[in-house]
Amino acid sequence: MKQRILCAGFGGQGALLIGKLVVTAGMIEGKHVTWLPSYGPEMRGGTANVMAVISDKPVGSPIFTRIDTLVALNQPSLDKFLPQVVEGGMVLFNSDLCDKGASKNGICIVGIPLNKFGEQVGDIKASNMVALGALIELTGCVENKTVQDDLKHMLEKKNPTLLARNLEALEIGRKFVVESAQ
Amino acid sequence: MGEKILMKGNEAVAEAAIRAGCRHYFAYPITPQNELIEYMAKRMPQVGGTCLQAESEVAAINMVLGAAACGVRAMTSSSSPGISLKQEGISYIAACRLPAVIINVQRGGPGLGNIAPMQCDYFQATRGGGHGDYYTPVLAPSSVQEFADMAPEAFDLAEKYLTPVLIFADGLLGQMMEPVTFEDDYGPQSDKSGWSLGCRKGRKNNHIINSLFIDPYVLKEKTEELFKVYDTIVKNEIRYEYYNVDANPKILVVAFGTVARVVKTAIDELKDQGLEVGLVRPITLWPFPYKAVKEAAKKVEKVITVELNMGQMEQDVRLAVGDTCPTQVIGKAGGVVFTPMEVISMLKENLA
Amino acid sequence: MKILAKRPKGLTDARLTYCPGCLHGVAHRIIGEAMEELDIVEKTIGIAPVGCSVFAYNFFACDMIQVPHGRAPAVATGMRRAQPDCVVFTYQGDGDLAAIGTAETVHAANRNENISIFFINNAIYGMTGGQMAPTTLPNMRATTAPYGRDVADMGYPMRVCEMLATLETPYYIERVSLLSPKDILKAKKAVKKALKYNKEKKGFCLVEMVSTCPTNWGLDPLASIDWAKKNMLPVFPVGVFKDEAKRQEASK
Repeated sequence: MKQRILCAGFGGQGALLIGKLVVTAGMIEGKHVTWLPSYGPEMRGGTANVMAVISDKPVGSPIFTRIDTLVALNQPSLDKFLPQVVEGGMVLFNSDLCDKGASKNGICIVGIPLNKFGEQVGDIKASNMVALGALIELTGCVENKTVQDDLKHMLEKKNPTLLARNLEALEIGRKFVVESAQ
Repeated sequence: MGEKILMKGNEAVAEAAIRAGCRHYFAYPITPQNELIEYMAKRMPQVGGTCLQAESEVAAINMVLGAAACGVRAMTSSSSPGISLKQEGISYIAACRLPAVIINVQRGGPGLGNIAPMQCDYFQATRGGGHGDYYTPVLAPSSVQEFADMAPEAFDLAEKYLTPVLIFADGLLGQMMEPVTFEDDYGPQSDKSGWSLGCRKGRKNNHIINSLFIDPYVLKEKTEELFKVYDTIVKNEIRYEYYNVDANPKILVVAFGTVARVVKTAIDELKDQGLEVGLVRPITLWPFPYKAVKEAAKKVEKVITVELNMGQMEQDVRLAVGDTCPTQVIGKAGGVVFTPMEVISMLKENLA
Repeated sequence: MKILAKRPKGLTDARLTYCPGCLHGVAHRIIGEAMEELDIVEKTIGIAPVGCSVFAYNFFACDMIQVPHGRAPAVATGMRRAQPDCVVFTYQGDGDLAAIGTAETVHAANRNENISIFFINNAIYGMTGGQMAPTTLPNMRATTAPYGRDVADMGYPMRVCEMLATLETPYYIERVSLLSPKDILKAKKAVKKALKYNKEKKGFCLVEMVSTCPTNWGLDPLASIDWAKKNMLPVFPVGVFKDEAKRQEASK
């Protein structure tokens, strides 16, 4: 098993955190992981992306140009990285910010209204957690429970309100994928 | 051995240095090593250590000189342009025979360049870097774990040979997160009371640390002494990794650090296609593993150096290979890191 | 037989290598005496600069280091962080301190590092052979200002004490001269005060000593003292520019 996941969006949308939480879960499950952000001017509100690898074997290159799963939080990210998604790969995009949508043969494409769901749980910032829930369900690269436990470990004492919101967002994302698969 | 923690290379090496007993760190902010100084600023007060943001890289390396002269484990870090500024101090530290650790999280150059990962300070790192006749051991990590492990190793080497030691990373290794574990105990520091300043405690003679030898014959002697130390380092401390070298490859690649990782992925994928390529990854860049490269070169048709610069290490590779077989360099400027696909197609051209 | 004078414990037996009439020897002696009187020779680290006093590591009896040009305050910073119980002093000339080492000096002062800087100002580069210093007087000749220092082109001499005294944090800043026995006694008092403050971990101390350079000024020792009194002191007036201990006492 080797999953090369690219998460991209505007700076501040939380693309890097999606990648971080998924590789942390991978690490907890004993897998080999790398997390490589684009850094520098991107940190100042431009576009941000992260390359995450989760694998059974040690990870050689943390850089890749062939994407197994793309998480695109906005249209420019979708346009830029869609061509790099491999056959049999998956794309998860934010349908609230990608009017044009996406199409490519041989890959599974899921549009999900992340902003709407984020607002639904009380904070648009939680939309990346919705994406994370969907990503985990879609790829199965880590267990949902591992991510939940990790979030609990981080937030239970520090910020229980945020934890509850994030867990709810995670679940919405997961359910969305389950339901759209039916 | 502790539990796995997901950390950036910049943070992991800082944590490892602290666990190895470093309590004196002096640096100046520069991208892409800022997480290192920020981590130190947070952690050092918790362990009763000093993290001081100096007024310049020049000042920072001289603070290291002062602290090292007092016998404590002292460290600084920077990125390429800042490392240039530190060269004066590194030359003095080498000449004064003081142990210290310097980390270069390389970025693009020359000039202000950019903040992308590069390996273009190879010449500077492996040829002393500052003025005068000297070398510094150079350790080149290829993963976050190795980056972290090199902090205690660098301090041990520095104290064993009384020399500054350079850890030679790049922006990618600094910014990337990987799981990392730390040892519970990194072993004792060496006894420095025989030469260090300031802890006299009844010692009769004063200690003097100095790099001025106005008499040419004395300087000659001192430099020859220094080079005897370098001979010992060359004899004892060369480190490298062979990867797929035993698979009867037609081509041998020499690559270090970040690039070696990418090459490994390329080698694995080529193997799946029935094509064999070997890799020598120098872990110490000075001393360079000339013999290891030469040995591996004997069984191949060609040696290719892949590096993130316009061709610097390839000079060492050519020295190693001699006329054993043809050599080639695949270099790249600007900080655009090779992708596995790119390396695969370049190697395939050579395998055809 | 009664001993009238002897070497202080703060100095070694090594013969000084300075030119005849040079006042470095006087400055060395008062620092050596102050160390002895404060009983701190064994807990002091001295830092030799680049310049005429580069060989100071041979002359002081405490632990010594020789460091890169201008960087003594940075090295002292590292030392006093590593050995907080030691007294650390730097001995620097005008080129070392006020030209190439300006940044290190200003920032060590601003951090109130617990160190003493002994700053010898003779308005010229001695060791390299008489080039212009940041403290060279207007119209004064130097090998790199052969027609005299033109202030329109090269600026005015820098007044280090006055400049540093504008900072909030430094503990003690005084300018003295070495131009008469009386002045030397005053200078010694200032040096001793600085080292005492460091021993008590009070903070940053700088004592500037107005001095001479008979060799590069092209004057005999006595004439150079007269010249310095007449020309240097008006530009570099002696006095206490900052003394936190005094200020705190007065505000009580």
